[in-house]
Amino acid sequence: MGDEHIDALREVDLDVRTNEYVAIMGQSGSGKSTLMNILGCLDRPTAGEYWLNSERVSRMNDRQLAGIRNREIGFVFQTFNLLPRMSALSNVEVPLIYSGLPKKERVERATAALETVGLADRMRHRPSEMSGGQRQRVAIARALVTRPSIVLADEPTGNLDSTTGEEIMNLFDQLHDAGNTLIVVTHEQHIAARAGRVVRLSDGDVVSDVNARNEE
Amino acid sequence: MLIGETVRISLASIRSNLFRALLTMLGIIIGVAAVITMVALGTGAQRAIDKQMQAFGGDILSIQSSAWFSRGVARNRQTLTTDDALALSTGMEHVEAVVPEISERYQIKYGNQNLNLSVIGTTPNHLDVHGFAMAHGAMFSSADDAARKRVAVIGAELPGMLDAEPAALIGRSIQIRSINFEIIGVLEAKGGSGWRNPDDDVWIPLSTAQFRVTGDEYVETISAKIAETSSTEMGMLEIERVLRREHGILPGKDNDFAIMDRKQFAESRQAATEVFTYLLAGIAGVSLVVGGIGIMNIMLVTVTERTREIGVRKALGATRGNILLQFLVESTILCLLGGLIGLALGATASALLARYAGWQTVVTSGSALTAFGFSAAVGIVFGIWPARRAAALDPIDALRHE
Repeated sequence: MGDEHIDALREVDLDVRTNEYVAIMGQSGSGKSTLMNILGCLDRPTAGEYWLNSERVSRMNDRQLAGIRNREIGFVFQTFNLLPRMSALSNVEVPLIYSGLPKKERVERATAALETVGLADRMRHRPSEMSGGQRQRVAIARALVTRPSIVLADEPTGNLDSTTGEEIMNLFDQLHDAGNTLIVVTHEQHIAARAGRVVRLSDGDVVSDVNARNEE
Repeated sequence: MLIGETVRISLASIRSNLFRALLTMLGIIIGVAAVITMVALGTGAQRAIDKQMQAFGGDILSIQSSAWFSRGVARNRQTLTTDDALALSTGMEHVEAVVPEISERYQIKYGNQNLNLSVIGTTPNHLDVHGFAMAHGAMFSSADDAARKRVAVIGAELPGMLDAEPAALIGRSIQIRSINFEIIGVLEAKGGSGWRNPDDDVWIPLSTAQFRVTGDEYVETISAKIAETSSTEMGMLEIERVLRREHGILPGKDNDFAIMDRKQFAESRQAATEVFTYLLAGIAGVSLVVGGIGIMNIMLVTVTERTREIGVRKALGATRGNILLQFLVESTILCLLGGLIGLALGATASALLARYAGWQTVVTSGSALTAFGFSAAVGIVFGIWPARRAAALDPIDALRHE
């Protein structure tokens, strides 16, 4: 078997500012997953550069990237990816454990994050005891708890019914209003419509980058 | 990340599947229990030999007629006599005292009870040379010996075997080979010396034994106590010289007797026991290694099962080191827990063996610590590979894993 060299991304030049709300759209195979992984510091570009808060992330080693993911990135996944054996509170604490915070401070910040997403009364529940919408709220609290520079959401409503999906998107709007920088990957038009800016990818190229609010 | 946090995560993960954790630990549990029990048995056996050697006191040589060969067949020939014992007890430089003895198993009758016991014909200084003490009555005297008196001194276990109070037996009559003997003394218990128990013997004067029981002048064994200031080797040489002269053995001819050093015999037995202990512990140690492979097996399965979790943790900022430590701590905790349970099990098994099989067992803190340390090492050594695999997982692949 020979490894065929494929460029998942080619001409991508993106500049995201603080408190922007960006939707990334594209068909499967368009390169949006790869872009997502690079933005989330899970992967490094083979060529080109990625600067985050004046740091050249694209040249960092694994250990440094783990630190960046911990401090600067908040992930929200389609499948929630909560740790099943732990309570909501413990799940939200996990990133703070890797930050090296003492227990007391972890609990305070995790509690505050869960209050922000409206789950103050569900903190001791395990994921299996919660609805899909509640699980995604826990995941969002976990993404927010480290006060990251970017919240990266990958199809955040993909596993939710439309009503619950609406609630989650309303929550994202609130987070944006509170000053957070959001990047949401989606293939649904009505989700993308909530974002201030929509970036469309096709075959590894940015085919359009529209600042919707400006056009209105 | 704090090590305490890692331990907490590992304990939570073990708790979440207790039954599997127990199965995983089983190999280690059995291995540690086996090592503890085997070493306890070996140590017990060695302690027993140590005690025996202490009971010997000064070194005692045992002289016996040597077997000789006639047409390829070993035959016993009596060569030692009372005269030899006499020669060895006068004018010796390195030999403090000698005791000639003959022994034979005879039917002993007391009232309506019949026993088959060793009857030893010996001289009064048997008491000193072999380190016995009287509990009741007195040892027969040289005069008793010379007069071929029918008197007997009995071992400490005989009163029990005859259902009689030791003190009440003094002056009573006992039949040895249908000849009446008067019991004049009961010995204090001395304890087994390994190959035989001296506490159920019956002692009678040597001359009495030769004249009334065996009917010849030969003696079976002469025990010689070496003087405190002399060495065993010097004593051996002196005895050999005297006996060769007594027996008129020409230079170049073989001895018709053999001199055995009981201490040496005990020492070689001790060395053999030690080797045996190591052998048993080694075999038990193999089961510990097999247990370690069991741990590795389950940890590999665990890593595969928790690939998604590893991906999530990495996305949330866990470094390779964090993940490596988490799985290493988990396998080490499993092994340490298994080691603790195995330790308890091994100690229990040792106690049961001592109680119901009558084997002397000694669980030392040294063997406990070694087994415990070894199980921790097993946890680390066999945990490294699975933990490295977990740490090396690519977060993107791990997150995609179903």
